[in-house]
Amino acid sequence: MKAVVTVTGKDVVGIIAKVSNACAEYHANIVDISQSVLSEYFAMIMVVEIDQIAIDFTAFVDAMEALGKENGLVIHTIHEDVFNAMHHI
Amino acid sequence: MLNTNDILETIHMIEDENLDIRTITMGISLLDCASDDADRFADKIYDKITRKAEKLVETGEEIEKTYGIPIVNKRVSVTPIAIAGGALTADGFVKAAKALDRAAETVGINFIGGFSALVHKGFTVGDRGLLAAIPQALAETGKVCSSVNVASTKAGINMDAVAMMGDIIKETAFLTKDADSIGCAKFVVFTNVPEDNPFMAGAFHGVGEPDTVINVGVSGPGVVSSAIKRAGDCDFSTLADIIKKTAFKITRMGQLVAYEASKRLDMPFGIVDLSLAPTPAIGDSVAHILERMGLERCGAHGTTAALALLNDAVKKGGVMASSHVGGLSGAFIPVSEDQGMIDAVTCGSLSLEKLEAMTAVCSVGLDMIAIPGDTPADVICGIIADEISIGVVNTKTTAVRVIPAYGKKPGDMVSFGGLLGYAPVMKINEMSPAAFIARGGRIPAPIHSLKN
Repeated sequence: MKAVVTVTGKDVVGIIAKVSNACAEYHANIVDISQSVLSEYFAMIMVVEIDQIAIDFTAFVDAMEALGKENGLVIHTIHEDVFNAMHHI
Repeated sequence: MLNTNDILETIHMIEDENLDIRTITMGISLLDCASDDADRFADKIYDKITRKAEKLVETGEEIEKTYGIPIVNKRVSVTPIAIAGGALTADGFVKAAKALDRAAETVGINFIGGFSALVHKGFTVGDRGLLAAIPQALAETGKVCSSVNVASTKAGINMDAVAMMGDIIKETAFLTKDADSIGCAKFVVFTNVPEDNPFMAGAFHGVGEPDTVINVGVSGPGVVSSAIKRAGDCDFSTLADIIKKTAFKITRMGQLVAYEASKRLDMPFGIVDLSLAPTPAIGDSVAHILERMGLERCGAHGTTAALALLNDAVKKGGVMASSHVGGLSGAFIPVSEDQGMIDAVTCGSLSLEKLEAMTAVCSVGLDMIAIPGDTPADVICGIIADEISIGVVNTKTTAVRVIPAYGKKPGDMVSFGGLLGYAPVMKINEMSPAAFIARGGRIPAPIHSLKN
């Protein structure tokens, strides 16, 4: 199973490093990443595998959100089922 | 494969357009709790509800977190208490209502529905006891919702029941006068009531339902409104298609949540209710959808047509998105819970008569409408009889939830707080239908051919 991690906020040095470090810490394997910066505004969408994660998925959601807050970013972590249900028949 | 645009669209719906799951409602049968001893009945229903719904709120919150979508309400509906508690007296029914209230408090839900009676053809002893207990039960509990089905297309209209509703509503308004007669906001009079509706105040768990069941009500007026705005100047076929596609996406979310909740709680999935349910929040209004279609203000001539298009397209889009659709499915038009409706009433564009016409083409009926506190009971009965007739003749559910706000005059404001919102007191026609209502008996079921 996969989850989508979206990260948005003001661009600063090391955002990808911090987010991917956290993913590594919780054993969430990054399988896709797309990122852009528009007028100092940072936006990233990551797809991570969550089959092997070290903690409950809901705890992972909280941990990523907290990481965002510490760094002035908004991080949403959402199970892939939502997007598949809504956009695929 | 996940597509970036799809991901952004979903997040935009949730973050900026108020997409949410309005309610996960667990239906619980109380038929096995029957007893002629009121205390024993109260204990048994409290025990069963708190046992079955123990993990409802916790599970709802887990799903909310996993899928990143708010689930605004977690609720319980139960077997109509007039049936499960058929052997009780009025005092016993008040005890039962208090037990429901305590159970709701214990499991952490905000409303529990099912203090109800089905009297479309006549009254049992239990029905009479429950009806007598409604005002006190609503005044002395906070979370209990009550409903009465007074008619059906197959049975006609029980006018004796309609005649009782005016007094019940007036007394409830009086007993809760210190809180803008809020008791009436928890009481709804139906025809053709669905047995699997997850929305309050009309939810109850029908006798044909399993022991427990999970029903989910979706929402999303804001998402539909934004989609119409993005489409700009298009013709009606395109407009209907846009609403269908949006309703499909919203309902898929509801289906996912319903499926997941039923799996985690190990209970059968019942239905998804495809309703566009507004809230007083900015951008979450059904009236604003109608205005975005091109009406200067909700209530203008053309409003009924716009609402008919909306209601039909929502159903067409939603039906394919869910394996089982039920409940009230359609667009809700509660006045106090919809900022656009409140504004339309305040500026004089939307009248009670126009609202009545609108209910002929959308879900439910005259909903959350504040009327003057000195409205005579027989005028309220007349309002109910009219609205119920629309449902009976058109083979649809209609309902009335009016609040004769004690001590208030037309133009005054009443405030209920939270999702129940606030409303201007509406002017009504004060001519008396007393002699008509007093005839008593039943209005026969309508004919189903010669449709004109």
